[in-house]
Amino acid sequence: MNSGLFNLIASGIFQFPLMPEQASEGAARYDALFLTISALTVLFTVIVYVLVAVLAVRYRRSAKIDRSNPMTHSTILEAIWLGVPLVLGLIMFVWSATNFIKVRTMPKEGKEIFAMGKQWMWHFEHLDGIRENNELHVPVGVPIKMTMISQDVIHSMYLPAMRAQYHVVPGRYTQLQFTPTKTGEYLILCAMHCGTQHSEMVGKLIVLSETDYQKWQDNGGNRFRPSPKTMEEAGRLTFNEQGCANCHTNVDNPRAPTMLGLMDSKRTFTDGSSTIADADYVRESILNPERKITAGWENIMQSYHDQLTEEEVMHLVKYIQSLSGVKGDYEKSEFPSDPQATRKLNTTDSANREQSAGAAQFQQTPNSK
Amino acid sequence: MSDHTHHHDDEHDPVYFQYEQIDQQQETYVLGMWSFLVTEVLFFGALFMLYIIYRWKFQDDFYLVHEQLNWKLGGLNTAVLLFSSFMVAAAVHYAQKKRKTQQLICLGITLLCAFMFMMVKTKEYGDKWSHHLIPNKAFSYGEHHGGGGELGGQGEHAAVLPNGGKITLASGATNMGGEGASHDEFQYHPGNGTIAPQPREKPAFLKFLDGVFAPLDMPEKEQHGSPEHARLFLSLYFLMTGLHGVHVLVGIIVISALMILTIKKAPTITDYIPTEMVGLYWHFVDLVWIFLYPLFYLIPK
Amino acid sequence: MSSTVVETTPKVEPQVEKNYLNADHTIKSWLLTTDHKRIAVLYLISVTVMFFFGSVAAALIRYELTAPRGLLLSSEAFNKTFSAHGVFMVFFFLVLAIPATLGNFLVPIQIGARDLAFPRLNLLSWYLYTIAAVLVLISMFMGGVDAGWTFYTPLSSTYSNTQITLCLVGIFISGFSSIATGVNFVATIHKMRAPGMTWFKLPLMIWSTYATSVIVLLGTPVVAITLFLVVVERAFGFGIFSPELGGDPVLFQHLFWFYSHPAVYIMILPAMGIISELITCFSRREIFGYKFVAFSSMAIAGIGFLVWGHHMFISSQSVYQGIIFSLISFIVAVPSAVKVFNWSLTLMKGSVHFSTPMIYALGFLGLFVIGGLTGLYLASVDTDVHLTGTYFIVAHFHYVMVGGTIMAFLGGIHFWWPKMFGRMYSEFWGKLSAIIVFVGFNFTFFPQFILGYLGMPRRYHLYYFAPEWQVYHIMSTLGSSILGIGFVLPAIYLTHSLVKGRKAEANPWDARGLEWEYTSSPPITENFAKTPVFRGKVYDYDAVADAAKYEGEIEPVIEGKGRTNV
Ligand code: HEA
Ligand code: HEA
Ligand code: HEC
Ligand code: CUA
Ligand SMILES: [Cu+2]
Repeated sequence: MNSGLFNLIASGIFQFPLMPEQASEGAARYDALFLTISALTVLFTVIVYVLVAVLAVRYRRSAKIDRSNPMTHSTILEAIWLGVPLVLGLIMFVWSATNFIKVRTMPKEGKEIFAMGKQWMWHFEHLDGIRENNELHVPVGVPIKMTMISQDVIHSMYLPAMRAQYHVVPGRYTQLQFTPTKTGEYLILCAMHCGTQHSEMVGKLIVLSETDYQKWQDNGGNRFRPSPKTMEEAGRLTFNEQGCANCHTNVDNPRAPTMLGLMDSKRTFTDGSSTIADADYVRESILNPERKITAGWENIMQSYHDQLTEEEVMHLVKYIQSLSGVKGDYEKSEFPSDPQATRKLNTTDSANREQSAGAAQFQQTPNSK
Repeated sequence: MSDHTHHHDDEHDPVYFQYEQIDQQQETYVLGMWSFLVTEVLFFGALFMLYIIYRWKFQDDFYLVHEQLNWKLGGLNTAVLLFSSFMVAAAVHYAQKKRKTQQLICLGITLLCAFMFMMVKTKEYGDKWSHHLIPNKAFSYGEHHGGGGELGGQGEHAAVLPNGGKITLASGATNMGGEGASHDEFQYHPGNGTIAPQPREKPAFLKFLDGVFAPLDMPEKEQHGSPEHARLFLSLYFLMTGLHGVHVLVGIIVISALMILTIKKAPTITDYIPTEMVGLYWHFVDLVWIFLYPLFYLIPK
Repeated sequence: MSSTVVETTPKVEPQVEKNYLNADHTIKSWLLTTDHKRIAVLYLISVTVMFFFGSVAAALIRYELTAPRGLLLSSEAFNKTFSAHGVFMVFFFLVLAIPATLGNFLVPIQIGARDLAFPRLNLLSWYLYTIAAVLVLISMFMGGVDAGWTFYTPLSSTYSNTQITLCLVGIFISGFSSIATGVNFVATIHKMRAPGMTWFKLPLMIWSTYATSVIVLLGTPVVAITLFLVVVERAFGFGIFSPELGGDPVLFQHLFWFYSHPAVYIMILPAMGIISELITCFSRREIFGYKFVAFSSMAIAGIGFLVWGHHMFISSQSVYQGIIFSLISFIVAVPSAVKVFNWSLTLMKGSVHFSTPMIYALGFLGLFVIGGLTGLYLASVDTDVHLTGTYFIVAHFHYVMVGGTIMAFLGGIHFWWPKMFGRMYSEFWGKLSAIIVFVGFNFTFFPQFILGYLGMPRRYHLYYFAPEWQVYHIMSTLGSSILGIGFVLPAIYLTHSLVKGRKAEANPWDARGLEWEYTSSPPITENFAKTPVFRGKVYDYDAVADAAKYEGEIEPVIEGKGRTNV
């Protein structure tokens, strides 16, 4: 160690970095709040130190000074130091909460990335099917939305330069967003203790310029062989291979509901409860279909708990998501009469109502594997 | 509170040295007991919290599994405990009146009730054991459907590795049956050795209970619902009733000790305060069961 | 015992020959004692042993982190080291250090009782603690645990192969030890106060011990059962928190922090009680705003139960939950602010003595303020996103736990040492070590704030990917060596004083309070020869008279070379 220390001093790189790099839109916003709180902290520390030092020295035992009639309490003073911290605290709170809501609101536009944490590596998947391990390439200036899940224990996706962090939990999807503003290489860390090699669960976030990113993408991610399938395609393949299409066809049928238009629609269950179908819901429906039985069908779908990897599930979710704009033959089922669901289908998705290539494929799937 | 201050026994001063007066000592004892019961409430409270969260999340499944529980036996136990609570209240009453014989009789009945409760619980646990419903390595649920044969399957179907690897439920255990396309695949268990799953042997010392409680046995229910959630439900069931059972055992010990000391006229038992504290404890044990019974046995559809 | 109440004059009694220490000399008389003072001594020895184990682990952590690739441990061993450090320090040292030693010793004496309400329960609690500590030590020597002191599932329940089961059983048992002490304190403080000792004449040490006991009673059972669930999950595969079974691993965190956030107040409130005593005594005046200080303890205890979610801002709880927990966390900081300013103003018009305990108390103020204020970065939900799981947290909690609680603990030990053992220690060494601790502490942990902001995650063994962090790690390690010296010194000169120290008078600090004015040093087994009646007011000091007396003492007294020196 001492030689290391010596080298460090000798080579003159004994620097004292004080701030992590600011490389995202949120970072500046973050640092503004951080530095304000720091200023307050310094202010109050100084107040207390000065107060204590002055009083202690002034009234030290040997000082000749008037000590008569000490104040034993003062409601006004106490109200002040009850009120001032409270008000300052509330100001900080409002500021912080506003920032937090921004941080936690996922962008509508932008690039979507799937991330999976496992002991002890990060696995990323782009929509176009490019996969990366412990390395993530993103274009600069584009909002990035990351959907994450863990295969084993809890991890935490931590991007210090982006001031972004969120836990990666087994059994449910969590999300994270940031918009990189500077090209360069940044750290991806795991900031939740996850076992032996927790400190080696480290990756690189590579922010590329628009053109570089395009080049990288066209290369199929440089070092990996060009991926034949996008996530959607991979999902469709799994869908067929697993025989999902045996039951789920392009229309609601007596066996099973269709997947068309499923995402973001309102689902009503046999126990009367309902939910809006999101990624977590679809994941659960695949892995544990018996938990929520859609009204109108029997509980005949088996659990794919052990048959599918998290990655395949992710593909399936993505695939089913891609079918959300596609309208099937809804007349036969119960739920489209629900006004909310209909409105969703009719308005938000009207733009891409045309059947996508995926859906065309989908219709001819039965027994075509 | 009555004035015992200088009621001296022959051999021993009933006031411990740290107290000034007997009143102070008694009040302190009761306050200490209440503080202890507060911690007990929170102890169970955390588990009730878990139960409520999971019950809310998995309504249907919990309903389906709860049919595996024997509400008749549970109801019997509720009655037994309620009665015992009444008896212990009477014991406190007689202790205050210094009517020792009646007090001992009431305590004796309480003790009997406690034993009765434990016997019924043992019978219940034994039944769960033979049906593989104890969420340990041999746990199995929902593997079998329709009539005929016993519930349950072979241990290896649901292997749990507490330290290494995941808790995985083998495919067989997760099949829900029904009329789906995959129905046939799960009719038999290739490579299993046995065709029809056998009930597990109940430990011999439990068997005698079956005869005793024969009229209270329930017809077996066809099972549905997710085996994982069944497992969750049963885990909670065993944890909470088990913890309650431990409290009943402690109660048995404490009541017996109280009776022995009362009979032997021990100097520490000269007034009614020990009886009152045992009573408080026993009421608490009873109260917990009053919550457990409807939560586990009487889930409404 | 006579039950008649006799008033004794507040006058120093002549040094009695018999006291609780020499009442009986057999080992058995110690191991089977029900005397709260002896149990306090037993506890003092036990927690010191556990602190030693925890410190050795800390030293290993610091040494290891001086190089980006580590120096002598494997990753696995490193994980076990910081887990052991956290477990020893939190569960076996800090949550009970003050209540079980100084609290045990002082609660009956300060309120004028002969013992705690349930002396045998008190002894039982020490045995439970010892059994628990032995179990945990065994688990550490049989291979250790690697899940951190927080034991998050599913790492702790399903994935870790270490001795977690045994360790958790140990912690579970130690929970009952805390509960026993808590029950004892609550009953004692409610029912055994001397005549005249009304609630608002209680020393503030008693108020904060009372608040602490309430938290212990409400919180400990929850964490006990939570950790027990992990044990059951590991041992039998029950699986309450397994995502594979539809269980929710994050639920564990809720239950854990429901206790463990209040637990941080279990650690700081007794310290705050000590500080109130020290500042009043060494300023020779009444505390500023007694009721505010007393009620703020209760407020901290109450509100402290509503903020647990601030440890889980990014754990997948909803945005609204996060915002609400953030709001309440800001509110819980206010009573602490009240205390800090009330202490500061207590110096005004006082007659300030810079004795060893006072230096520790001033050190406490300086460090706790920084620790508390940095808690606000974390209470603020947005800033926490980048800081959680980093060294910023590590720095924050060492500032409050070491800079706060341990400073106060040491201050309290020095203050009551003459009362406990009847001997004076060397003022010179006392002051020196207080200053070393203060300096060493800042050196150790201030750089960690910067490290955390830069993005160094906690529980990291290696940081080769960011070598620029090394300089701060080196500072921190150097600082911890200084700090280590600061901690070893008191161990030496305090032990030394037991043999060689000057005999202490009954009231060497000329302090107020039943323990100083009505008992000998050390007290007799019954504490008081006759049950005291409390007449005057609490903290009945007179600064003017004190300063006048000082002027009367002709020789130029070097600070500390006064009445209290060896
Ligand atoms: C003795 C222990 C102790 C104490 C007293 C505190 C006190 C506080 N703590 Fe700390 N904390 C811990 C021990 C402690 N903490 C530990 C061990 C952890 C980490 C656990 C782990 O993950 O391993 C932790 C983690 C922790 C977190 C979680 C961070 C994370 O994991 O992401 C948060 C978040 O809100 C927090 C906040 C606070 C706050 C607001 C206070 C407040 O009570 C502080 C109040 C004090 C002041 C504010 C200073 C005095 C006031 C003034 C000088 C007046 C000016 C004030 C204002 C303007 C408001 N703490
Ligand atoms: C009471 C609580 C307490 C106390 C007193 C301390 C004391 C110290 N802690 Fe502690 N610390 C925690 C509670 C505490 N800690 C907790 C709860 C954690 C979190 C654990 C987790 O993540 O699960 C933690 C984590 C933690 C870390 C982060 C580890 C990581 O995340 O990877 C570090 C790193 O610097 C650290 C350092 C220190 C140091 C330098 C001291 C110093 O104050 C210690 C000073 C003492 C000495 C330096 C030793 C004195 C010398 C001897 C006794 C002689 C024997 C020595 C030898 C033979 C070598 N601690
Ligand atoms: C045996 C027939 C069958 C097979 C095979 C099958 N499903 Fe299903 N699925 C159903 C039925 C019936 C339902 C409606 C009842 C329910 O909610 O469980 C359903 C529901 C769903 C839902 C929830 C839709 C809603 O109504 O809200 C999703 C998503 C889904 N299936 C996906 C899949 C995927 C992906 C596969 C293949 C890996 C698959 N299914 C295989 C029968 C099947
Ligand atoms: Cu993954 Cu830490
Ligand atoms: Cu907290």
